[in-house]
Amino acid sequence: MITALLDPFAYSFFVKGVIVATLAGGLCGLIGVYITLRGMSYIGHGLSHAVFGGFAASSIISLNYYIGAGVWGLASALAINRVTRSRRIGADAAIGVITTASFALGVVLLTVFGSKGPSFDAALFGSIIGVESSDVWILAGITAFTMAVVLLNYRALLFATFDPDVADVSGVKVARIDALLMLVLSLAILATLTVIGVTLVAATLVVPAVVARMLTDRFARMLWLSSGIGAACGFVGMNLSYHLDVPSGTTIVLTGAAVFTVVLMVTGGRGLRRTARMDSHAEPIPAPVAVPTR
Amino acid sequence: MSGALPADVLVRIADATFGYDAVPVLTDVDLEVRATDFVGVVGPSGSGKTSLLRLLLGTSRPQRGSVERRSGLTVGYVPQLETVNWSFPVTVAECVLMARTGRRLPWPSRSERAAVAKVLDRLGIGALGGRHIRELSGGQQQRMFIARALLREPQLLLMDEPTSGVDVASRHDMLHLLGELNAEGVAIMLTTHDLNGVAAHLPRLVALHKTVIAAGSPREVITPAVLEQTFGAPMEVLEHLGMRIVLDRYDVDQPESESA
Repeated sequence: MITALLDPFAYSFFVKGVIVATLAGGLCGLIGVYITLRGMSYIGHGLSHAVFGGFAASSIISLNYYIGAGVWGLASALAINRVTRSRRIGADAAIGVITTASFALGVVLLTVFGSKGPSFDAALFGSIIGVESSDVWILAGITAFTMAVVLLNYRALLFATFDPDVADVSGVKVARIDALLMLVLSLAILATLTVIGVTLVAATLVVPAVVARMLTDRFARMLWLSSGIGAACGFVGMNLSYHLDVPSGTTIVLTGAAVFTVVLMVTGGRGLRRTARMDSHAEPIPAPVAVPTR
Repeated sequence: MSGALPADVLVRIADATFGYDAVPVLTDVDLEVRATDFVGVVGPSGSGKTSLLRLLLGTSRPQRGSVERRSGLTVGYVPQLETVNWSFPVTVAECVLMARTGRRLPWPSRSERAAVAKVLDRLGIGALGGRHIRELSGGQQQRMFIARALLREPQLLLMDEPTSGVDVASRHDMLHLLGELNAEGVAIMLTTHDLNGVAAHLPRLVALHKTVIAAGSPREVITPAVLEQTFGAPMEVLEHLGMRIVLDRYDVDQPESESA
C-alpha cells in the first residue's frame, strides 16, 4: 500500500508536479484570505478566465507565457479592481463581460491557430504533465515575493481589507495596497494555471480561506490555516490525480471540497456564521432614519 | 493655502459644491471647524451629512470651491456601525491597533501594546481587548472605534451617526465621554438625526440639507423655521428646563393616533 503511494515519486515529472501543486495551493490559500474577506471571490474566477486570453495570445505569437499572460492578467486585474472600487451599479456585469470576453477570445485564438504551449485541456483543467523545472522555480519565487509582500504590508493590507475608507484617512495608501494585492493575485493565477487550470483556480482561492474562517476568529491564524489547508489540498489532490488518472485541478478542488464538508460537519452553524459576508460585495452606506425622535 | 487659516481654524470649507457624477449632493457650502468645536450636523437622510464628513476628511474633493486644512492636521474618523463587517476575523485590540500604520511588522511593539491597553482602559473596555469584535454591544463597538481614532492622537474627531444603534444609557455615556475629550482639546464633529437625544445637548449645531441652512447654538438652529427648511416637514419646538425639544407636527395634530 505504502509502496504504491510512494511509487509516483520515482518520476521527476510527478515530484515537480507535487511541489508546484503544494506551493500553488499554499500561495492561493494565502492570497485567498484577502480576496474572500474583501468579498471579491468573483475576481479570482473572472481573472483566471481573463488570463486565459493572454495565455492563448502569447502562445500564438510565441511570446513567453509568463510575460504575455502576465501583462494581460495584471491589466485585467487593475481594471477589475478599479471598476469594483468605483461602486457603480453594474460593476459585476462589466467584470463578467470583460473576463468572459477575454476567455472566449482565448478559445477562438486557440481553436483557429492552435497552441504551441500547454494543451487546451491542460489550460482548462490542469495537468501534472509538462511541469518544467523553471515552472517550479518561478512559482517558488512568486510565493516568496507574495510572503514578503504580506509580511511587510501586514497592517496596511489588514486595515485596507477591513475598512478601506478609514484606512485611507489614517495614512494607508489604499490604492497602492490594492494594486499590490492585484499584482500578487495575477502572479499567483499565472503560476498555478497550468497545474490547476483556468476553470478551477478560483476554488483554490476560495475554499481554503472559507475553511480557515470556519475554524478561527483570528486574522493571523486564518492566514496560516488557509495557507496550510491550501498546500495540503494541493499535495493530496496531486497524488489523487496520479492514482485516479484524472486532471489535477479537479482532484485538488475536490480534496478542498471534502475538507470543507468535514469542517462544516464538525463546526456546524458556528463555522458557517463566521463566514457571513465573506462573499458579499461592497455595500452602499445605509441611509439613517430621517424622522426626528421625540 | 493653509497658511491663510486663522490660528483656531482646523478646516475651512469655502463655497464648495460636491456631487456624484452629475447629481449635486452639496451646494455652496461654507463652514469652519474650529479647534474647540463640539458640533453636531443634523439633517434628513440624503441631506449630504456623510458627504460633508468626506470633504472634511479629504476622501472626497469638491467639484467647485475649496477645502483647506491646517498643515499637519491629524483627523480621527469613526464610521457608522451599520457599514462595518462584524464577521471580520479581528479582535478588539487588533482593530484598535490598525490605527498605528507606521510600523511595517505584523506584531505590535511593547509601546504599542501599552498604548492600546491605555486607550481601551480610558474608554472602559480594557477587559475586552481579546474579544472578537462581534461579541461587543453597540455602545462598546462605538467605543472601540473611538479608541482606534484616539490612538492616532487626533486634533479633530469626525463621527458618522455615533449614537445610531446604541441604547439610551450608552448614548448618554457617549455624549459624556465626547464632552470630556472636547474639554481635553479634541475638536469633535458628529452627524446625527437624533434631534432631542443628541443634537439638543451639543453646544453648536449645523442644519444641513444640500447646503448649510443654519449654524449656531441649539437655540439658533432648533427653531420651527430652520427645521422645516431642513427636514421638509413642519415641526413644533418646545422648551423644557432650558432645552429645546422637537415634536413632529403630525404627532401634535393627531395625538389620538399615537395612543391607538
